[in-house]
Parts: sequence; C-alpha cells; structure tokens
Amino acid sequence: MKPGHPPPAMRLADNDGALGGWLLAPAVIYITLLVGFPFLLSMYYSLTDATVGNTTLSFVGLDNFRRIMQSGTFWRAMRNTFVFTLISQILVVILAKILAMALYKDFRGKWLIRLLILLPWVAPISLGTIGWLWIFDPVYSIINWTLRALSLLPANTWPIWLGQPDLAMASIVLVDVWRLLPLATVIILAGLSGIPQDIHDAAQMDGAGFWRHLFQINIPLVMPIMLVALLFGIVFTFTDMIIIYVLTRGGPFDTTQVLASLAFFTGVPGGDLAEGAAISLFLFPLLVAVVVVLLTIARRTEVT
Amino acid sequence: MATVETRALTKRFDGGGSAVDGVNLLVREGEFIVLLGPSGSGKTTLLRMIAGLETPTSGDILLDGRVITGLPPRARNMAMVFQSYALYPHLSVFRNIAFPLHAQGMANRAIQEKVDWAARMFGISALLQRKPRQLSGGERQRVALARAVVREPVVFLLDEPLSNLDAKLRISARDELQQFQRRLATTTIYVTHDQVEALALGDRIVILDRGTIHQVGTPQEVYEHPADTFVATFIGAPPMNLVQRDGEPTLGFRPEHFLPVQTYSDTNGLLRIPFHVLRIENLGSDQLVYGELQTPMPAVKAIARIPSTLEVSLKSGAVQEFAVKEHRVRRFDASTGLRLDAAP
Repeated sequence: MKPGHPPPAMRLADNDGALGGWLLAPAVIYITLLVGFPFLLSMYYSLTDATVGNTTLSFVGLDNFRRIMQSGTFWRAMRNTFVFTLISQILVVILAKILAMALYKDFRGKWLIRLLILLPWVAPISLGTIGWLWIFDPVYSIINWTLRALSLLPANTWPIWLGQPDLAMASIVLVDVWRLLPLATVIILAGLSGIPQDIHDAAQMDGAGFWRHLFQINIPLVMPIMLVALLFGIVFTFTDMIIIYVLTRGGPFDTTQVLASLAFFTGVPGGDLAEGAAISLFLFPLLVAVVVVLLTIARRTEVT
Repeated sequence: MATVETRALTKRFDGGGSAVDGVNLLVREGEFIVLLGPSGSGKTTLLRMIAGLETPTSGDILLDGRVITGLPPRARNMAMVFQSYALYPHLSVFRNIAFPLHAQGMANRAIQEKVDWAARMFGISALLQRKPRQLSGGERQRVALARAVVREPVVFLLDEPLSNLDAKLRISARDELQQFQRRLATTTIYVTHDQVEALALGDRIVILDRGTIHQVGTPQEVYEHPADTFVATFIGAPPMNLVQRDGEPTLGFRPEHFLPVQTYSDTNGLLRIPFHVLRIENLGSDQLVYGELQTPMPAVKAIARIPSTLEVSLKSGAVQEFAVKEHRVRRFDASTGLRLDAAP
C-alpha cells in the first residue's frame, strides 16, 4: 500500500455474509422461477377447469382428483410407474455393483472400458432412445435378426418388442437400465474407492472367502453410497417420460403408461390442463416419501 | 507355533526395480523377529508376501518346511495387525473379534467363549458392544490385537502396529506386546522403521535396505558388531562415527565410546584422536559434542556422547585430546563397506 492512500474500501469478497447471498442468488432465482412457480401453478390448475386455449378459469374444488381416482387408466399408470421404477432400479443397483467391482480392479485398457460404460450417460437421452427405437423396430429389429441368425428364435416367432404388452414393459425397463447404469456405477465406484485397502487385506487375512467378503464387508461399507445411487435412480425413473414418449407413447393399451407420461398426454396433447396438473401432483408426495426414507436409512447406516 | 522360511524371495513391481531382492530368511519357532529398515527398504512388501497378500515374482515361502508360496492368505493361518488397525467400521468390537472365527465356521457358543477370552487378555471386555469409531487409539489397537490372537494363528504378522499411538502410550503398549508374545510363544514377524522399537522388542533384528538383507542378529550383535557401514549408521542415535581414509579401512566407533582422554583411568590400548569441538548440546543425561577430527585423522565430522556423570570441562572452539578404546573400534572395507574383523 502506498503511503498516504486511504485504506481500501471493504470489498464484496471480504464480506462473507453478502458474498454468500450473491453466490446463492442464481440458484434461488432459478429454483423459484423454473421449479417453484410451475409447481404452485400446477397446484392452482388442478383445482380449476383450465384447458388449453381457454383463458377463463373457474374453481372446481377437488373435482379433477375425484375423476382421476375413478379412472382405470390412472391406476394402471400408477401401477406401471412402480413396476417400471422398482424392476429397473433393482437391476441397476445389482448390475452397477458388479460393474463397479470389475472396474475397481486394475487391468489393461481400464480407462477405455470406463469411457465406454459412461457413454450412455453422456449422450442425450432422446438420441440414445431413438437408437433403441430402431433396435426394437418390428421389421428390422437387430435383436430378432441376430437371434434368427443364431437359430435361437423358434420358427414362426417374431417378437414385436414395443407392440406386445409384456415385451413393451421389458423393453422400456431395458432402456432405462442402460441409461442409468453408468451413473450408478460411477457413484458406487467412488464408494468402493473410499474403503481403505487395509480393510480388504484384513478380511483376507481373517479367512473371509469371496461371498463372506462381499456380503459382510464390501456391501455394508458401500451401502450408504449405494442408497444415494438408488435415490438418484428412483427420482430419475419416476419422473422421466422421454423413454416412454419416444418408444411406446404409453402403449400398447396403456401398458407402459406411467404417471409422468399420462399427465403430459392428458394435459398437453389432450388439452385438459387441469386434469394433467392433478395427475402430475401425485408424483410429489410419492417422491418426498422416497427421499425421506432413503436419506433416513443412509444416515443410519453411515459409518466412520 | 511354526517356523517361517523365505528362499531367494523376490518381488518386482511394474516399471521399477526390485522391492524385495532374493531374500533368504529363517524365522525360528516362537521367535520375535523384527524387520527394520528405512521407508522403501521392502520390509512391508516382504511381510505382505509372507502373509499371502502379495504374490512373489520368484522364490519360495515355507511354513514348517512346507512350501506355501501359492496359497491364499486364508489357507496360511497367519494373523496380521495393520498400522491402521483395519477394524471393520460397521461391526461392533465383538463382531470384529469374532469375524475370523465366523469365517472358520465355528459354533456360536465356542465363538462367545473365545471372544471373551481374547477380550479379557487385552482388557477390553467392557467395550465389546461399541463400534470402532467410539474407541480411542489405544483401545483400537487392543481390538486389532484381540482379533489377531482369537483364532490362535501359527504366526503373527505385525505391520508397524504402534506407530499410530502417542509416544507415552507406545512405550507401555510395547511392553504389553512383548509380554503377550512371550506368553503365547507364537512366532512373530514385526515390521518397523523405528530402531528403538526394534532393539527393545526383537529376539533378532533383520536389517533391510533396498530389498536386501544387510544383517540378521540379536539387538546386541547389530548394535555392537554392525555387518557393514549401512547398519553402523542406521542403528544408533546419533549414529556410529565413520572415518574414511585413503587406501585404508574405514574406522567406526560409537559416540558413547569417544571420550576425552582424562576420563579414562587406564590409558592402555587407547586410540587417541585430537578433536576440534565445534558445538555442545546438553540433553540432561548426556552431552552431545559435535566437532571435527584432527591430524593424524582426516578432517571428518564426528559426534561424542558424554554422560553427565563424567565431569569434564569442554569449550567449543578448542581442540582437545579424545580417545576410543582399541577394542571398541570397528573396521570396514573402504570400497564395499563390509566389516573386516570377523564376527565374535
């Protein structure tokens, strides 16, 4: 500092309180405008008779909810949502654990394998899913042609992957697993790296074989991290409709219709904004419950 | 109880030299042997190969004369205590200690008895329901020892088990460790970089550097008759003074044997050396005198350790007559560093 200069004014960076506020502001504004406002708006719509292209609203109370509860499609979508989420997330967690353990070991070309496994996560969902649309194509399905070439497909059998109810559900589960596996693998891999090598060595010295080591040491120690991966997976799957929109549009006969897609099809193409909003609101308490349960378990199993 | 032997045991890591290079070692039954060396000397790698956690590049490991080189750790019945203790953080102390017994498929009743026995031996019976994170460092170390002892292994492998304890606790833990080893009379291989620990605990000490053994001997042997200049300077604090001379053997003598001439009552057989005193450190029980040897010796730095019980007046800056008894002087080959006079 040169002599004679007044002391520099207090800068923003020196004031922790004000700086914190400024740094938080973008996130707060973003959440308020793009999450909070639409959320409140959909609550409001769900209590009215709002439709697309109609500028006047009138309050109808819980009429929309009453109508939804009596609709078979809604309950089917509700059931599908749970089936879709549970089956795909069970598969994701098991496969991700296996993959993470394989990738944890040292081998040649590990970085390449890691890169390839991460790719589905980096690619835009819609583009990846369009690729799957071709894989499942009723005429050109590469799966069917491969099976036929290997003589694994019985004569007169030609599965229509997206056109037969059970196969359609299996197909969207497969794509969702493909989509979420990389994230879960990376999260679990981080958890595995957090276990000190000494613990593994000690288990070996103490005579633990592969399964004892896996179920009594390895899995319990990565459990909190695995629950985080599961939490992300459930939230993504529960709220996602891109896969279904691209592959099946909820068909055949609503067998792959989930809450998110039903809300969209009812509210936007169907024009019934109020009922679509009401359907989408059912996601909220379910997700809150999932998050609370998982965070509680994660805290309880926390070690060290 | 068992003997452990390594024959030409070698470990090379990818893209580097040998961590362990052709080590031949025989550990006797019930012996407490200490592997001592600076970091990077290969002592931990040697221990891990004996444990089965590391696969040797070549050479063999024998347990009671039987080759076990290819066996996995659990087939060797050795127990290991790690520097970090490696307790299972999600299991209670009881289940930590019981873990090796469960792995053996022991019945629950027997497990209960064994865990109680091991917990009593280390005075941790009151802690059995706690989790490792609720224990102090000393308590964790005892749990790790109890887990190692509980299944009565044939060999104990200890990898710097005291280095995470504070200085005061370390001394009492050292004492207990030795007592329980004597009581169980189990062959023990102990790795440390701390020479005081090695001298205090070992029946014999193995001194390693850069993957090879420099000397195997009792604490007294390695201290008084170091096999080469590496051992001479690695053991002892301050280390042995070495005097390198052109074309003549290197002389070595311990600081505590290098005293002013007037302190000797018998002046026969003395090697007299003029010593230029540069600095004096008073450590309470001893004085450390730093200085430089004078002609006829080459001008090399040396240290003398004078017990405070000897009353001598020293001035820094002055040249004084110091002396070593001839039989205390060690001679080493000037080029190889190996000791020249035969071992006793």
